[in-house]
Amino acid sequence: MGEKRKPNMSPVKVTMPEQPAEIRRSNFGEVALGYTAEMAMEEATRCLQCKHRPCVKGCPVNVRIPEFIAKVAEGDFLEAYRILSSTNNLPAVCGRVCPQEKQCESRCVRGIKHEAVGIGRIERFVADWYLENAKDKLVPPPCNHRKVAIVGSGPAGLTCAGDLAKLGYDVTVFEAFHVAGGVLMYGIPEFRLPKALVQSEIKLLSELGVKIKCDMVIGRVFSLDELMEEEGFEAIFIGSGAGLPSFMNIKGENLNQVYSANEFLTRVNLMQAWRWPEAATPINIGKRVAVIGGGNVAMDAARSAQRLGADEVYIIYRRSEEELPARLEEVEHAKDEGIIFKLLSNPVEILGNDAGWVTGIRCISMELGEPDASGRRRPVAIPGSEFDIELDTVIVAIGQSPNPLLRDTTPDLNCHSWGGIIVDDTLATSKEGVWAGGDAVTGAATVILAMGAGKQAAASIDEYLKAKHEEV
Amino acid sequence: MNKIVSREVLNSETIMLDIEAPAIARKALPGQFIIFRVDELGERVPLTVAGTDAEKGTVRIIFQMVGKSTMQLGRKQVGETIASFVGPLGRPSELDHLGGKKVAVIGGGLGTAIAYPQATYLHEIGAHVDFIAGFRTKDLIILEDEMRAVSDNLYVATDDGSNGRKGFVTDVLKERIDAGEKYDLVIAIGPLVMMRAVANLTKPYEIDTLVSMNTIMVDGTGMCGCCRLTVGGEIKFSCVDGPDFDAHLVDFDEAIRRSKAYLEQEAYDREREKEKEESHRCRLTGEVRHG
Repeated sequence: MGEKRKPNMSPVKVTMPEQPAEIRRSNFGEVALGYTAEMAMEEATRCLQCKHRPCVKGCPVNVRIPEFIAKVAEGDFLEAYRILSSTNNLPAVCGRVCPQEKQCESRCVRGIKHEAVGIGRIERFVADWYLENAKDKLVPPPCNHRKVAIVGSGPAGLTCAGDLAKLGYDVTVFEAFHVAGGVLMYGIPEFRLPKALVQSEIKLLSELGVKIKCDMVIGRVFSLDELMEEEGFEAIFIGSGAGLPSFMNIKGENLNQVYSANEFLTRVNLMQAWRWPEAATPINIGKRVAVIGGGNVAMDAARSAQRLGADEVYIIYRRSEEELPARLEEVEHAKDEGIIFKLLSNPVEILGNDAGWVTGIRCISMELGEPDASGRRRPVAIPGSEFDIELDTVIVAIGQSPNPLLRDTTPDLNCHSWGGIIVDDTLATSKEGVWAGGDAVTGAATVILAMGAGKQAAASIDEYLKAKHEEV
Repeated sequence: MNKIVSREVLNSETIMLDIEAPAIARKALPGQFIIFRVDELGERVPLTVAGTDAEKGTVRIIFQMVGKSTMQLGRKQVGETIASFVGPLGRPSELDHLGGKKVAVIGGGLGTAIAYPQATYLHEIGAHVDFIAGFRTKDLIILEDEMRAVSDNLYVATDDGSNGRKGFVTDVLKERIDAGEKYDLVIAIGPLVMMRAVANLTKPYEIDTLVSMNTIMVDGTGMCGCCRLTVGGEIKFSCVDGPDFDAHLVDFDEAIRRSKAYLEQEAYDREREKEKEESHRCRLTGEVRHG
């Protein structure tokens, strides 16, 4: 051990095994199959173990990256997991859905000349290894009997819950749906993030003492005041997500077979509509499907529609390929699977028949003009360039805004006009004892940013409750 | 998991259940709804709350066994549980300003069960309540005594005239209006076509009219947009903006089209459920065994 090993100077990452595109496009099995122990150890030796650890600064939850990778290189996967999970409550999730290329891996010294270390791939291996091989149940730390409520069991809420449980708080997570996990369960499809795995990571949190109550719509069944005054919670974290789909406000948007991406993905992922009639929730796919939007959610919806048997699936996006907000990896996967990209096209009307069903979409071609406020070149319509595509189904994936339920039922919770909850630097809201983070604050963003917020809020809540109990 | 604590068969197609749900029982107000799921593979189905008993911790639902999920729910017996019972959802009806005012509460079929809590509330705050209830035929009439107890006048009509008063609820309402009744508000709850007919009737008289929109839903918390409607030219979500809306602003034709999105699957499921039911029917008593 201890002796200094020579780094593996291979310029490229160990290749990730994948299901071939022509096979995976008709199943819901995972696309990327994960490293074997040998592959993970080999990739781990590419890490230079830099003293200044630039990768850690790129991680919203401060994973001690070089340390856990060193343990993987040694073949000590259990210790690697302990290091990894000391700051990350959902490593199997993060190893799959984090945009590492924009975070830890973007800071990797190896990435300056060649490919960065495959940090995400190694993380995924370690988390999966633990879920498969760990025999001992986690032992919750001694409970300090201070009750904290978490509203929403998505990545922000689960992270906050896990961190507070590790500090000894009595944590209860309230989830509106019948299963915990939030967007990890209803939004991200099985082929990117297996649902059984999400549940396994949540089960580890339960072992740490986190209580999860499903089918509880906070704001309705209990107000925030009732949680504090009647149910005895001393602090609340709101991680209720970006659950209000946006529509384009164009003609035909309420025709049958126009779905929001949220509805489409919820029917497929959470309600398992692909198993109808065995699962009771139905869905209609049709032969020709168009998804409007260019983000990760759009890619997820398009690739799901493909897997559910559509013959032709389009992505319609008003800017060019360069501006696609989705991860490059997702775009490549979608293309490999045969998704047709209609770029520089903007929908102007969804076409339907007299009975109210979708028959197609009318788009106008766009060209890129001067850069706009976001720094991206503004798409401008080309007059007279309208064209129609014949369709059975349209899925609108142009974004979500924060869910309105809590702000409607909590008058003293200050919010922006667009719906986001207003917080200060510590993620405290305008309401005493209430913190918020994730998409409910920022609008739709990524899993890992939400987790970072959950982590920060947990630290703030800990500080607040410690100070409060010292005073008295 | 929520337990069924009482079950009553109201007519050949309608069941009344009291479900153990103390937190919801404490909070639910007239106009709000719950979402149930029968089992782990069940769909999420919204039902309007028909009553609550905060002391017993129970919530009452009344429903017609018209689809797979409601047929499965209808077969559940006292002591059995269902997988999910979530609520209270939606905005409560705004009724508090109606004390001393004259209100016509209209229920069509099962809609009477949903309109009943509103009539009760209005009666309690001192509104004058004319309850107009419509059913297809005499045998389907439900809650007649209950409706009478909370209304100043009760009018029960049947489509086929089998109870001695033939006609639609709109016929009765028109009769009352033409007889000079001045209603401050009409509340209409029932099938979409009935609510549309009431809206069309009251519009020229400029009588404020409220309807409760029973759209298809998935989450019921604003997340999916499945329940969207056009109200006054704008997209509204029935689950978080409603379910009550100004009847004169609702695009009913669109709502009726949208309610048919899964007709094919619903018909298939219903047939399979009926077959299942038949295979469980006792040849001696004709009762359906379950489990």
